[in-house]
Parts: sequence; structure tokens; C-alpha cells
Amino acid sequence: MKHVISVLVENKVGVLARITGLFSGRGFNIESLAVGETENMNISRMTIVVSGDDSILEQVRKQLGKVIDTIKVTDFTGTDYVERDLMLIKVSAVPGKRSEVVELVDVFRGKIIDVGQKDMVIEISGPEDRLEAMLDLLRPYGIKEVARTGRIAMNRGPK
Amino acid sequence: MSRTGSQILIDVLKKEGVEYIFGIPGGVVIPLFDTLFDADLKFILTRHEQAAGHAADGYARATGKVGVCIVTSGPGATNLTTAIATASMDSIPLVAITGQVKTHLIGSDAFQEADVTGITRPITKHNYLVKDIKELARVVKEAFYIASTGRPGPVVIDLPVDVTTDTWDGDIPEKVDLPGYKPAYEGNMRQIKITAEAINRSKRPVVYAGGGVISSNSSKQLIELAEKANLPVNTTLLALGAFPEDNELALGMLGMHGTVPANYAVHESDLLIAIGARFDDRITGKIDEFAPHARIIHIDIDPTSISKNIRVDIPVVGDAKHILTELIKHVNYVDRKEWFEKISEWKKKYRLSYNSTNDVVKPQYVVEQICQATKGKAIITTEVGQNQMWAAQYYTYTEPRSFLSSGGLGTMGFGFPAAIGAQLGCPDKIVIDIAGDGSFQMNIQELSTAVNYKLPVKVAILNNGYLGMVRQWQEMFHDKRYSHTRLDGNPDFVRVAEAYGAAGFLVEKKEDVRPVIEKAISINGPVVIDFRVDPEENVFPMIPAGQAISQIKGVELI
Repeated sequence: MKHVISVLVENKVGVLARITGLFSGRGFNIESLAVGETENMNISRMTIVVSGDDSILEQVRKQLGKVIDTIKVTDFTGTDYVERDLMLIKVSAVPGKRSEVVELVDVFRGKIIDVGQKDMVIEISGPEDRLEAMLDLLRPYGIKEVARTGRIAMNRGPK
Repeated sequence: MSRTGSQILIDVLKKEGVEYIFGIPGGVVIPLFDTLFDADLKFILTRHEQAAGHAADGYARATGKVGVCIVTSGPGATNLTTAIATASMDSIPLVAITGQVKTHLIGSDAFQEADVTGITRPITKHNYLVKDIKELARVVKEAFYIASTGRPGPVVIDLPVDVTTDTWDGDIPEKVDLPGYKPAYEGNMRQIKITAEAINRSKRPVVYAGGGVISSNSSKQLIELAEKANLPVNTTLLALGAFPEDNELALGMLGMHGTVPANYAVHESDLLIAIGARFDDRITGKIDEFAPHARIIHIDIDPTSISKNIRVDIPVVGDAKHILTELIKHVNYVDRKEWFEKISEWKKKYRLSYNSTNDVVKPQYVVEQICQATKGKAIITTEVGQNQMWAAQYYTYTEPRSFLSSGGLGTMGFGFPAAIGAQLGCPDKIVIDIAGDGSFQMNIQELSTAVNYKLPVKVAILNNGYLGMVRQWQEMFHDKRYSHTRLDGNPDFVRVAEAYGAAGFLVEKKEDVRPVIEKAISINGPVVIDFRVDPEENVFPMIPAGQAISQIKGVELI
């Protein structure tokens, strides 16, 4: 099962390696990882998406908490939360096909942030399934490159 | 007042009450050693960095204080890693200071450079690379706090040479502030009461005490609990001595080479009370058949230990001393006549035993004689393998911190340097390393250290000419195909000892065993005794790896 885990850590050198080392040391593949400062510049939030057996993930969650620099670990799975992923897509858009691509991007509330002779760069954010749907629809036009931030997540309601 | 980094380090070490530092100097730590030259701290120069780490570890295990070692960068640090991993697996508090190249050279493959924080990350409780002298005092203070609190463990401080020579005029902080590290000591009262009820209701309870009982100094509480509630107690290898083995309630060691009563009691119990233990595979064997009828209580300070290998029914997170103290108040004496009758039957039927003979010296006999000669009051360190198991089985441990052994990592070469550290920490104790001929040679150079500091440590080599435990497995599971386990080319250990300036004795006859042990103890200096023992003696009982008690070898189950 897929888990979205948020880890609040002290913003220090080497913390990322400590956290990711816990996964790699147990043979877990991290599906996505996003790291950034929080409202407090001394604290960073890491959002990690990983799949695996529930009891093993419970162990990983505890191990994450054991890292001295970890302040808080939250597993969003099964809770009420929102999640977003940001993606840049370079898609082939030759004259004649351009308007079709622009229409699709509009439907998905994406943005065109660069237009070249033969291609465009599209920015889109949203939950994973929306990004996947966008990719599926753009694929026939020829996707040249994709860059994604990895998922970030937050609980609904008060902190 | 402005101080150098070296001076700051030494000031914090002194403030933390450090008595001994183990280590070896080298290029980047020359300025630090220059300051150490005048410092009011005792430095023990070992002959290999691994031994410095094990000596600091042995000191920590014997005294309960934090062990400290200082080594140089690169090979000094990488040599130390086995000792760090050993301490990590057994939750031993260590602060290891490794020199590092100048900050501006880090990452450039400079001479004697290694990424020490990277290498040691998975084998430490925490580690630091100090790049700014302003952080040094805080980091060293935190290191001691982290190493010694919660579930103890090793902490590495990687210290670039320019930080040791730089100066700073700040003060050592009074308090540590670690928002992410708040170990819970008090157990949850509700869980403690549930535990007490479960104990009071249980018909066939058994305690499974681990190394946590020793690190939390709660042997007294364990004895009080067992006696008040009438509970049989078995211990792990690391907990030997945590519960006196001459107590009527003691069942001895649990696990692969544990006693039949200890393993049987767990198998038949309806309530398993694990205290500061971690359900290691050498304890559980086949997980599905481990304690199949029991509800499981697990008292541990480390929440990650709970339900890691085996599903726990009643977890209590906190310090064993706090929790046992509370628990004692809520348990009652219960007779459990049937259960104890069964146990005493097992105890009668399945005594540890070996074929006693006058023809050859049996290793078990040597250990028994060491026990008698020291009245069970010595500190025994061990290497790893058969020597370790016989030392565990045939010496009667009655005090905590009297059996020091590498349990988790199983590090051959641990026992001798650990004995050196233990002897420094406990100068009035007799300290004996029960060794194998293979293991002893993995840190034999420390004879120099023992002679250098006139330490009266004794090494009892159970010399069978083999890497004995591996040979035993080859005999039992690989048709006696002794692939590379014969130690042809062993040295004359007596002459080796003498070459180093220690005393050496050879024992080939049973009747010489006891007199030579007595003689060795009477010598106020390091002694090596080469006991030529039965080369193909095996360690029994044995539950083969990954199997259940029903598969036990070396005992006829009735």
C-alpha cells in the first residue's frame, strides 16, 4: 500500500542522508521525495511517498522518529489531507497542433510557460491522478521531457 | 577567555567526568594531542584503533559510564568502525572523536581523508561533522547526552584539524536543546497496571530479561519483581548477571545455545515478560513457533523495538528501572505450583553437561575452574564463537556488568581490548578474557598495551586449533567438510606473551588447569594461558538457526 509520510526535521547538514538512508538500508524505494523549509526556517518538511507492507512501514515510521534531528513524523494515509505535485512537461506542438494542446492544458487548468518553434513547456499542479491523466492525453502529441517536484501534502483543518 | 578547539574539547570532556581516553594519534590530530599532553586526563595508547574502540566499550560496559576514544582521520577512523558497530548493536554509550582533514579540503580526496559521517551514519546513534568552532562545545556536550540517555549508543564527532587550532571565547552551554530527542523514561501508568494484572492472572509466566536491564541499572528491581510476583527468569547473553544465576528463580540463558529450561519455559509459557530485550533471531529461532501460547509484554525504552520482530500484546515504553519500580507495587505473590514443578523437573533433567574425561582438557571444564577460582566474582570478557558460548554457559554470573561480550555484531577480537578497558574502569576486579585461538589473534597486538600500562588482565585461550564455531557448523550441517577453519600456523602463545613482556603458560593436562589459573591470578600483570582443549568439542545444546526448540541438538528431549 502507498503511504504519504511527512517528516519535520531540523534544517541541518546531512539530515536528508539520514532520512533516506533509513529507506535504502532496508531496501525500500522512495517513490517521491520533496524537501523544503517550513514557516520556521530552522525546520524543513520532507514529504515521502513510499509503498510497502503496513507492518514494515510502521517500523520505518518509528525509525524515522528515532533520528535525533527528526521532530515529528506523520503518516497521512487514511487521514483527511490534501496533496499536490507540480509537473513541467515539454511537449511537441508543431503549428497546426498547438491549439489542440492549448485547449487540453486549459481544461486541466495548466499553464503554458514557454513556447518554442516545435514545442511548449506546460506547468500543471494537482493530485497525482490529474497529472497522470494530463500526461496520458499529451502523450499522442509527443512528450519530450517531464520534471516533477514530488508530492507535498498537508492535513486539512487546524494544525 | 579565548581557547583553541582542542582546549574546548578537553574542557568539555573533563566537565563530563571523563577519566580515560583510548586511542592512537595521527596526522590531523597532532594539535589535539599536543593539548592532551598537558591535560589532566589519562590517555591509553592502544596498538590498533579497533582496540581503542573496544577498550572504550569494555570500560563503558564494566562501569556504566560513557567510553571515549580519539583516533585520526581516514584509516584511523575506518579502523574504528568495527568497534563503533559493535557498540551500536549492543547499545553501549561511546563518544568517538575522529580527526578530519582541514575543512576546505573536505571532499577533495585529501591525504587520509574519509567521509566518516557518511560511513558511520548507519552504525551510530548520531554523528556530527563540526565545521565551525562555535559549535564545538555544544556538539561535544550533546554527544555525551545522546550517547548516555534513552537507549544508549555510540556518537561520532568528526573534527577537522583547523577547528582544533582555531580559537573561540564562548562558554560551554549548560543545557542541551534537542527538539527532536526527548526519550521517555516514565512508562504509561495505564500500561503498567495492565501489565501487573496480566502477571497476577498468569499461570505460566516467564521473564525474558535483556541487556536493557543492565544498561538501566535495574537488576535490583528485576530481582525484587521476580521474588515478589514469583516469576521464573531467563536472561539473554547480554543480560547474563542481570539476574543472579544462583537464584532459585533463574533458568539461565535463553536462545540458540541457551538452557533447555529457559527455552522450554518460553515455549510453554502463557505470558512472556520481555524487559529491555529485542527478540533477536538468536533468541527467537523460528518466529512462528516462538512462545506460541503466550501473550507478550514488552518493556523497552526504544519504541522501534516494539513489535519489530514479533507482535507484542502489551507494550510499555520507558526506562526499565522506572517501570519495574512502579510494576513491583502492583503485583502479588502467586503460588503457581504446577508451573514451578514443571520447571524444576526440566532443571533436574536438563542440566548443562559435557563428557568429562581425564584424557583431554575440556573447554567447559576450564571455564568451570575459572569460575571456582574467582568465586564467580571476576569480570569475564569473551571473544566470539565457541569460547563465548562456553563462557556464557559454564560460569555462574551473579552480578550485572560481570559478563562483557559482543552479542549483536558478534565481533571476534572484542574480548581482549574490552578486558583492558574493564580493568582500567574496575582496578580492583579480576578481569579475564575467555578467548579462542582464532579470536585472540585478531587483537593480539594489545598485549603491548596491557604490558605498557601494567594491567593484570588474564587471557584464557581455549585453544582448539580451529575457528571452532564455524567448524562445529561444518561438522553438523556440511558433512564435516572443514573448509578453511583449521588454524595451522598458530604461534606458540606462551612465547608470544613472553616476547611482549607478559607471562605465558601452557596447559595440556586436566590436573594443571586449576593450579595454573590460580598462579595466573596471583601474578600482578598480564598473563596468557594457552589451554590446549579437545579440538572437536561442540557447544550444546543448540537450536539450529531459524528452527524451533523441538529441533534442539545435543540433548535428548524427554
